[in-house]
Amino acid sequence: MEDIEHIEKEMKLIGSDGRRLDGRSFDELRPIRIEAGVLRRADGSAYIEWGGNKVLAAVYGPREAHPRHLQDPARALVQCRYNMAPFSVSDRKRPGPDRRSVEISKVISEAFSSVVFKEQFPRTSVDIFIEVLQADAGTRCAGLTAASVALADAGVPMRDLVASCASGKIDGVVCLDLNKDEDNFGDADCPMAIVPRTGDVVLLQMDGHLTYDEFQKAMGLSIDAARRIYEMQRDALRRRYSVTLEDILKESPPTAPVAEERPVTSEEDFGPEGI
Amino acid sequence: MSEEIVSELMRAHIYRLASTGQRVDGRGLDQPRKVSVDRAFVKTAEGSARVKLGNTDVLVGIKMSVGEPYPDTPNTGVLSTSVELIPMASPTFEAGPPRPDAIELARVVDRGIRESKMVNMERLCITPKEKVWILFIDIHVLDYDGNLFDACSYAAVAALASTVAPAKSQGLGDDFPLPVEHWPVSVTTAKIKELLLVDPSLDEERMADARLTVTTDENGDIRAMQKGLSGSFTYEEVKRIIETAQRVGRDIRPLLQSS
Repeated sequence: MEDIEHIEKEMKLIGSDGRRLDGRSFDELRPIRIEAGVLRRADGSAYIEWGGNKVLAAVYGPREAHPRHLQDPARALVQCRYNMAPFSVSDRKRPGPDRRSVEISKVISEAFSSVVFKEQFPRTSVDIFIEVLQADAGTRCAGLTAASVALADAGVPMRDLVASCASGKIDGVVCLDLNKDEDNFGDADCPMAIVPRTGDVVLLQMDGHLTYDEFQKAMGLSIDAARRIYEMQRDALRRRYSVTLEDILKESPPTAPVAEERPVTSEEDFGPEGI
Repeated sequence: MSEEIVSELMRAHIYRLASTGQRVDGRGLDQPRKVSVDRAFVKTAEGSARVKLGNTDVLVGIKMSVGEPYPDTPNTGVLSTSVELIPMASPTFEAGPPRPDAIELARVVDRGIRESKMVNMERLCITPKEKVWILFIDIHVLDYDGNLFDACSYAAVAALASTVAPAKSQGLGDDFPLPVEHWPVSVTTAKIKELLLVDPSLDEERMADARLTVTTDENGDIRAMQKGLSGSFTYEEVKRIIETAQRVGRDIRPLLQSS
């Protein structure tokens, strides 16, 4: 315990050159890789590696809502289950939901509720499953970002994708996308998610200590990063679904349908080029 | 394992093909699907492996901690296996406490590892009666496309083989790889009417009358068996299944051993 306090006092999270422990500048994201359509059984799925985070997201539905009394005769439910694998953290996490996962599941469900066209699917449920396989701070943002791609992969109609990123404060400096050490020893953490097309904020949490100016700076960093992440999400979907003229000509007969069995979300949601 | 229905057409098709020695995915009746092993997938775990058996996808993470031994085995480490059938993996899986099928699965995987003495648990004793290593095998099923018994077992074995005990962080000397001494391989056979199919796919498994999992070690000796479902086997069938398990086990074992 003494050791930890000692480290806490001594630990410098930002070096004299302004670089963070992992060499990033204050407004730099960790490396992100997104892959769409990675699971066979799920209606839609995505995998994301975000720094040291490895997160899988799967979507089922719209399907009959269970338990039945939850069914809404006017619209679909959007239900999320965020779960951490017992081996995803350094001290084994007891399996099953704890208070933290329940809260995260709730705020993510609410974030997606505002973009899914729920009125089109009365009495059903859109079920989103987020599994954190390896955690390194920022798992809810990684999970939300992946789940968003999984929803598109499932063909669930949405106003837009949701893109998410956290900012925080370390050594008194507002920084983008904290890693585990920065989160543990930093001063504040503020995860958020936006609908990039409108700029609507659909998830916002914060703990720690930020002045109003610092908060605005953090939001500025996060919004800017979310727009970059949005492009990565769209890229992942394009890689999964895009078909070039060459691909089509290679198919024989030339009139054969595109080799995709899954429905693609309507074109206008993703701009004129589709996904 | 599931209440999903296989259509009559598919049932008839699977059976008709199988009675001519063929399967829907092109395999022979005694041929398992392709096994791929991805080691050290999770860096927060002491050991891990992601195994794909066809499209069935399983991730196992091994965590180790120090604790008290059971009073009746004061000189051996503790092994604990659990399976989570997370709702991501199949439309029929639901969140919540483990159901009987998940418990059976965990216990069968555990039995193969424990009874084969794969890991020398006595060497995981630190101070007799007081301090031993506790091994947690956490099995996460990510995509369920049939035959979880074998997929989970392969992933658990491969993960254990890549596990390094975090002794240094516990002040117990240098980190060391687990003392792995044997190599159990589980092979499951499903019975559809009078036909025996190794490594059943999802549809085959759902229409199976009976199931037999046989775990053999590197000498071909049987270390664990589990019969499931309501159908039955003749003694001749059981012998054939064991022989197949020994042969298939020999083919699969090197995939789990190589690092």
